Amino acid sequence: MTLGGWTQAVVFFAILVAITPLLGAYMARVYTGEQVLLARVFGGFERTIYRGIRVDSRKAQDWKAYAASVLLFSLAGWLLLYLILRTQTVHPFNPEGFHSAPWNVTFNTVTSFLTNTNWQYYSGETTMTYFSQMAGLTVQNFVSAAVGICVAVALIRGIVGRSGKGLGNFWQDLVRTVLYVLLPISVIAALVFVSQGVIQTLGHYLSFTGPTGLSGHIAMGPVASQEAIKNLGTNGGGFFNTNAAHPFENPTGLTNVLEPLLMLAIPAALTATYGRMVGSRRQGWALFAAMTVMFAVGFSVLYAAEVHGSPAQHAAGLHTVATHGSLGGNLEGKEVRFGTGGSALFDTTATATSTGAVDSSFDSLTGLGGAVPMANLGTGEVIFGGVGSGLYVMLLYALIAVFIGGLMVGRTPELLGKKIEAREIKLATLGILITPLTALAATAIAIADHAGRVSIFNTGPQGFSETFYAYLSQANNNGSAFAGYTGFIQPNAGSVGSHGITFADLLGSFNLAFARYAPILFVLAVAGSLAGKRVSPAGLGTMRTDNPTFVVLLLGVILLVGALTFFPALILGPIVQALTGHLY
Amino acid sequence: MDIRRNTIAAALSMIVMTVVLGIAYPLAITGISQVTFPGNANGQQVHRAGRLVGSKLIGQNFGTAVLEKNGKPKEVKGAVVTEPDPRYFQTRPSATEGGADNAASSTFSNLGPNSIKAEEGDAERIKEYLALNKPYDPTLTVAGIPVDAINTSASGFDPEISVANADVQAHRIAAVRRLSFSRVTELIAKYTSDRSLGVFGESGVNVLELNLALARMSGGR
Repeated sequence: MTLGGWTQAVVFFAILVAITPLLGAYMARVYTGEQVLLARVFGGFERTIYRGIRVDSRKAQDWKAYAASVLLFSLAGWLLLYLILRTQTVHPFNPEGFHSAPWNVTFNTVTSFLTNTNWQYYSGETTMTYFSQMAGLTVQNFVSAAVGICVAVALIRGIVGRSGKGLGNFWQDLVRTVLYVLLPISVIAALVFVSQGVIQTLGHYLSFTGPTGLSGHIAMGPVASQEAIKNLGTNGGGFFNTNAAHPFENPTGLTNVLEPLLMLAIPAALTATYGRMVGSRRQGWALFAAMTVMFAVGFSVLYAAEVHGSPAQHAAGLHTVATHGSLGGNLEGKEVRFGTGGSALFDTTATATSTGAVDSSFDSLTGLGGAVPMANLGTGEVIFGGVGSGLYVMLLYALIAVFIGGLMVGRTPELLGKKIEAREIKLATLGILITPLTALAATAIAIADHAGRVSIFNTGPQGFSETFYAYLSQANNNGSAFAGYTGFIQPNAGSVGSHGITFADLLGSFNLAFARYAPILFVLAVAGSLAGKRVSPAGLGTMRTDNPTFVVLLLGVILLVGALTFFPALILGPIVQALTGHLY
Repeated sequence: MDIRRNTIAAALSMIVMTVVLGIAYPLAITGISQVTFPGNANGQQVHRAGRLVGSKLIGQNFGTAVLEKNGKPKEVKGAVVTEPDPRYFQTRPSATEGGADNAASSTFSNLGPNSIKAEEGDAERIKEYLALNKPYDPTLTVAGIPVDAINTSASGFDPEISVANADVQAHRIAAVRRLSFSRVTELIAKYTSDRSLGVFGESGVNVLELNLALARMSGGR
């Protein structure tokens, strides 16, 4: 590990701490209906949209109506995206003449982008038309992120609500999220990316002849516009197959920290938004602190493991110690401009948040290094997590922590003055456990059935790791992969003669949808249940939820649930590999 | 809860979102980028004598085709088999299909940390690297080979190599091109990028720019 690698990480995190309260305060104003500067510019357009889609944006919805709107909006998005991806041969902006992928691959891709996951069995530059990337995938990058944020805001409203059952209006939250948060930041980020070298063109792929006379082709596309929202919305689906390892997606050391900053911006800011909306900023910082502890541990372990190098390298005789001018470490599947430090920072962020973008190959991480992304996913994506989903799952954990704390001191558990009763705890427990249950059940099925084994690339424990990671990632709506695992055999560019692996495609799709929408329903039900409750004033015996004691309690609950659930699976894969130098 | 109204709103809002976010937004960014940063937006293309020789951001294979006995290029699985051209700095190993450094189809090797194939690949490339460079740098040992020269890159066409990797190859370049060693290392320093803003990322040497500068010095080849 180098001083440079650590300096980079510290500067990076300092910037995050600085922007969190600013963006958090801004978002609190957007969702409490205060006038923001952009509303003066786009207010007219906002009202035109409400008229166009025929909704009364001032009408508050109870939790059931809010949930129905979320589900119907997602269903409409699913159908439209499926239609777009199935009709590639008639698309405009298709300079390479691509056909559509097989139906089962499309089914997985559509479900994946709807659920803010962006798990990719396809390879962007050999499968997708520019039109699919823009009008199909980019749109879901925006709106699936917006849905997550809306649900988190609805939960906050439920926690603070003092009268009635209303959680706000989904359509208003959706439009405001897009117009006042996601789109303006994306426009700026996209242009900054282009200034650094990310491409943005609708032209043909390039053909060149190099100095030695060999010719080659270079895939092109409108990358920057998608790259911006891909990170900001914690989506993570790469324009190209190798995602942010591709120099056209992530050209410099600077973009390699700007992208993780975008990933963390909204999930971190939402803790501050929460603090502001509940009237105590310390509440938000307590959640931020718990997330930071887990983030720091993950980064340190991943960085150290990759600097040490892999058994395969050492067996081949490579010296992995960094020397002057040489990066050292495990550089299999890593780029020189990022090195082990930049890659560890990017990969920790992309799996702590539910982004799932990668700037290096996860399948080639060391055993211990690969355990970090798995552990990050295993927390249920609460280390900042996805936009919105990170906060709402973290708040479910907070309910459990308050409940356990209440049992320990023998008082009725309360969160911000509202009594937490059996109904809320049941819903919160279900909301938390449904994701690991889905992931583990799917992994077991995929390992037990020969139809699941055809997707595996590596032999030995790594084959298990690939399978486990695939379903863990899809269930947690992350989308990163041990990318040897496949659901799409594509012998030629343009999907000619290709076929999908139906088992992996459909099991993954079920996983994606169930582990996204079931928790959303439980969260909204908790919000509805809390919304109507009376607030009792805080007394001497009230357990505080904004001090270090609570942060430790919260971390303990997360660790307990995660460790008990996933430890056996982690032992079978990455831990075996970390403990042995044996090659498979 | 009005399902019918909600359904209409869902369908209409998806259409609005697609027009605004899927068409207007990317096209606007394309337009602005093509005007303000045309070089970057089109992939930092490098031309020589009016012909495209590559992109500054895309590593390429500085090899020559291996010929069969009948004089035709040898192919394996439809990809031309190449050997390194000793006059040029070599980029990092690549796992792309359809030949090394295939920028139309980026891919990782996806080989695990305890993979026999990964070990065999590394051992094979160590042998090749020694065969290519040791004749010109007799002090070179396995322990002195920089990791980036052996491990496959992530994109499959990493545009950069480490300074240590360039320094090893400088011995060969200087001998083959009949240049002084210091002249070559000066050139390496010229095309070495520092960390972004002095803090972010790692420094590396851009191989295409370096090779083109070398070729200019020796009259184009």
